[in-house]
Amino acid sequence: MGQITLQGVQKSFGPVHIIKGADLDIADGSFVVFVGPSGCGKTTLLRLIAGLEDVTGGSILIDGKNVVDTPPAKRGLSMVFQSYALYPHMSVRGNIGFGLKMAGLPKDEINRKVEAAAATLNLTPYLDRKPRELSGGQRQRVAIGRAIVREPKGFLFDEPLSNLDAALRVQMRIEVTRLQKQLGTTAIYVTHDQVEAMTMADKIVVLNAGKIEQYGSPLELYERPANLFVAGFIGSPKMNFVTGELAQQQGAATIGVRPEHLKIERDGAGGWVGTIAVAEHLGSDTFLYVDAGPLGMLTARYVGELSLHAGDRVSLVPDPARIHRFDQSGAALRN
Amino acid sequence: MARMATRQRVVVSTIGAWFFGFLIFFPILWMVLASFKTELEAFAIPPSFLFFHWTTENYATVQERSDYLLHAMNSIIIAGGSTLIALLIAIPAAWSMAFSPTKRTKDVLLWMLSTKMMPPVGVLVPIYLIYKTFGLLDSRIGLVFILCLGNLPIVIWMLFTYFKEIPRDILEAARMDGATIGRELVYVLTPMAIPGLASTLLLNLILAWNEAFWTLNLSTSNAAPLTTFIASYSSPEGLFWAKLSAASTLAIAPILVLGWFSQKQLVRGLTFGAVK
Ligand SMILES: Nc1ncnc2c1ncn2[C@@H]1O[C@H](COP(=O)(O)OP(=O)(O)OP(=O)(O)O)[C@@H](O)[C@H]1O
Ligand SMILES: [Mg+2]
Repeated sequence: MGQITLQGVQKSFGPVHIIKGADLDIADGSFVVFVGPSGCGKTTLLRLIAGLEDVTGGSILIDGKNVVDTPPAKRGLSMVFQSYALYPHMSVRGNIGFGLKMAGLPKDEINRKVEAAAATLNLTPYLDRKPRELSGGQRQRVAIGRAIVREPKGFLFDEPLSNLDAALRVQMRIEVTRLQKQLGTTAIYVTHDQVEAMTMADKIVVLNAGKIEQYGSPLELYERPANLFVAGFIGSPKMNFVTGELAQQQGAATIGVRPEHLKIERDGAGGWVGTIAVAEHLGSDTFLYVDAGPLGMLTARYVGELSLHAGDRVSLVPDPARIHRFDQSGAALRN
Repeated sequence: MARMATRQRVVVSTIGAWFFGFLIFFPILWMVLASFKTELEAFAIPPSFLFFHWTTENYATVQERSDYLLHAMNSIIIAGGSTLIALLIAIPAAWSMAFSPTKRTKDVLLWMLSTKMMPPVGVLVPIYLIYKTFGLLDSRIGLVFILCLGNLPIVIWMLFTYFKEIPRDILEAARMDGATIGRELVYVLTPMAIPGLASTLLLNLILAWNEAFWTLNLSTSNAAPLTTFIASYSSPEGLFWAKLSAASTLAIAPILVLGWFSQKQLVRGLTFGAVK
């Protein structure tokens, strides 16, 4: 079991209020991703759950039990650090088995479990090496091995893949997701990479300046963002926002349309007319950055190749069913 | 062309390095040589470099006149004792400042170091009087105590810089893994800090061994370490170059040997952890 509930969790560092009251319900076995811009408090919130920081207010329940006064080791969670944080003087075997040794397990049982974890992570040939003799990806796997071997109630990951190169990151992303599903252990994963968030998560928590902006499944966030912040943060390239008269016609202060929901028409007269400033041809996609005069810069995405170039005039026609409307305060208006 | 230039450079810098190395080493060499001369030859002008009448009589006289072993034992006790006590105090102090710093930690560190800026002679009289009152003059305990206090700021600074280098994440990982403070110390922190501890210990031993201000002023015979032993050969009755050299050679020999075998640690220690 590993159900984690946050109730009005707050954290201040001296006079600075970092986490401003977080409420969250994480179901057992689910994969939850915290995303948000740098400095929004993702790491802090994760460390509060881990017990590496003390809360200033509110409570954290694990399987219904308040753990705010419980030391980290007794919370039954394990953590994977961004820097891996392997013990440099211990072998891979020693690193993975350290938690079990601290728990006082007999030697042969530790060995058995360590070897099983190593086998799951393809680390068997490296068991007797020191961390400095491993590649970045292998070190990352050792850090994960150290987390899984203790069979915790939950995994906490703090940007575990950000030190890896792009190709390895994709591969590890898949491995981590598969491993989590296979073990069925609750996981909280911090990242600022929204592709990681969208692909790995059962549910995403969007954080901004210490507040939870929205909590929902990736597609919910994509299709029904609760406010301007989430609308702009989720999705790549970013959603286009238009204010002024056009928005007022729709009864909103701001309207938003995703680049992929703008139909591109050559020399068209209808829709939003502008001149292409930059055209990016990726083969699989074409991205157009269009200077639409009073509407500002708009981004449009076309799946496949579209032979349009900088300087060409185009008109962009928004899909009426896919227009998001927001009020003065930025909250989404529902039809 | 470029190749030759670099070759020339290597040759020039090698010669330069040997030259300066020799220049720095020369006084020690001269002292050792002088210790094997007769008193007459020792200050003969022009001096003879190698072709003199080699003799070991100075060593015999020195051992006869003053008890080398007693002084060497005092040096060992004073340097070793002050170093160990300094480490015992400095480890927890540096630890707490490195791992749970507060707003004032930097100030505390600077304040500690500032005590090293004061010339010791400025407090000689008060310390002398205090020692006199408490009967600590010419006692090993008194010297251990004063050398320990004198070196403490440096020891704390060095350990602080070493502990600072240990990533916090690793200690937190150990806490997540269920290590108590004690086990964290034994299994994680100490093994990672050993190189730093070793070089701090060595440097402090050498500093304490060579310390001559307090040892000369606060000891006369019973507790006198080797520094006092050397100084006793530059007496008002006249300077005995050869015997002074023999005494000095005997005094620096142990520390020279220790230094030779721990060069690597020492270099690390002297760069204060800046070079990994
Ligand atoms: N120990 C601390 N003392 C004071 N302020 C802190 C402390 N730890 C974090 N903060 C502040 O809290 C805020 C949130 O930090 P946090 O590390 O949680 O951000 P983050 O969302 O993880 O950012 P990133 O994506 O850059 O890792 C930052 O403004 C940071 O300066
Ligand atoms: Mg962070």
